[in-house]
Amino acid sequence: MNSAPSAVLSFQEVTFGYGATVVIDRLTLEVPRGQVLAIMGGSGVGKTTLLRLMAGLVTPQSGRVEAFGQALSVKDRQALYAARRRMGLLFQFGALFTDLSCFENVAFPLREHCALPESMIRDLVLLKLESVGLRGAAALMPSQISGGMARRVALARAIALDPELILYDEPFAGLDPISLGVTARLIRRLNDALGASSVVVTHDVAETFLIADQVAVLAPTPTGARLVAMGTPAALQASDDPYLRQFLKGEEQGPVAFHYPATDIAQAFCLGETHRGH
Amino acid sequence: MSVADRLAMLGQWALDRLSALGSFVLLFFALLSRMGPVLRRGRLIAAQTHFLGNHSLAIILVSGLFVGLVLGLQGYYTLRRYGSEEALGLLVALSLVRELGPVVTALLFAGRAGTALTAEIGLMKAGEQLSAMEAMAVDPLSRVLGPRLIGGALAMPILAILFSAVGVFGGWLIGVGMIGVDPGAFWSQMSEGLDFWDDLVNGIVKSVVFGLVVTQVALYMGYACKPTPEGVSRATTLTVVVGSLSVLGLDFILTALMFGGL
Repeated sequence: MNSAPSAVLSFQEVTFGYGATVVIDRLTLEVPRGQVLAIMGGSGVGKTTLLRLMAGLVTPQSGRVEAFGQALSVKDRQALYAARRRMGLLFQFGALFTDLSCFENVAFPLREHCALPESMIRDLVLLKLESVGLRGAAALMPSQISGGMARRVALARAIALDPELILYDEPFAGLDPISLGVTARLIRRLNDALGASSVVVTHDVAETFLIADQVAVLAPTPTGARLVAMGTPAALQASDDPYLRQFLKGEEQGPVAFHYPATDIAQAFCLGETHRGH
Repeated sequence: MSVADRLAMLGQWALDRLSALGSFVLLFFALLSRMGPVLRRGRLIAAQTHFLGNHSLAIILVSGLFVGLVLGLQGYYTLRRYGSEEALGLLVALSLVRELGPVVTALLFAGRAGTALTAEIGLMKAGEQLSAMEAMAVDPLSRVLGPRLIGGALAMPILAILFSAVGVFGGWLIGVGMIGVDPGAFWSQMSEGLDFWDDLVNGIVKSVVFGLVVTQVALYMGYACKPTPEGVSRATTLTVVVGSLSVLGLDFILTALMFGGL
């Protein structure tokens, strides 16, 4: 895959692991400009790790991560922070600052990075909160709002600086059906309204396929996660790849086994000896 | 378990401790290198000094009073043997300003404000708040840890001075109020015997060093802890243990350097 100028972020042969355990194995991937890219895969496959690599929160063991045409490296903190100012990252549980109100949470990046008068900060924060439907909750503390609302406040905070790239970590996990639909449409709407590009890491097939332009599917292998498919939702649905079919249809039988590898069941319950005794 | 295994375990234990000490020192230098941006955050430093000082104020004042009361009683008991009861004020003040003020305040500070700091940073880490800050291109060391370190180093000497002042008052209550030591002799011996540089300033220098060390230990424990309930709880306990032992060890070294003529 060649790095096209239309990509806002790219991975080239990226390998990452914790100690001897490889999580991501030689992954090459591009985030197309202006589109919503969904990264899907089962729990524990390394999707969140992938997002942390994209934000430069962790460094790959080998390979290269580029954002906005610049390599991300923890060694060059200034360049890394410059790239992060152009990104917004939504954490799975929001990661709101619990000692600050919803208003102050959204105002945080503005206060840190822009020398704006208080009246302008107020207007910007209220506009961002309005875009996620929570202007009325501005004065509330994070402990006073629901999990779904907290995630929307965190989204308002992530888009406070009008990012060019928005990264979402499991935005649908644990949401009720109404919040789920609202969040999915919000992701699409914000992407188009801000002229941004988005990466949504999720395992929620139905909602993702409604809003994503491209879907990348990761599958676990003994040597780490690998990209098994990338394409439009329609193309993936038409695929006859066995892992993809099992994942998209939620089937028990397939390449991914239901049981974690274990010893023989008769041996585990000492059934062999007892049976013979009886 | 064979002897080789035991030796390997001992080696691993020593390596882990050394590695933790290395990380502790690295974090301290990382914070020192950020002092420029940290010092520009005056409002955050003031808020942290106020918060950490307020946190420990009540316990410091009450403890100071009791330590002063006990010093008054014990001091009088000893001095009476030599017929120099009027030196009670000097004895109480010297004990507090040179030794008990900085040390006991630091031990109480580690237990009260230090544990609160560790739990706060640890829970911020567990709730991904520090990562969220990083992702927003805001350095948590400059924004969160730095102002707290300076806040601790500023709050400690103020608390130690208050501890000593309340302690002297406690000694006066016992000596002059209850036992009947001459008030004039109590105060005059104290003011003549105390040296500004040797006693007061050195005591304050001690408390600044203790404040820095206890706060740095508390911040490191929170920052390096496992982001789980057990990890935070372990880190909080370690703050008290390591913080207190560091204060006692450092007190010996500082006392030897300042007063012992080493």
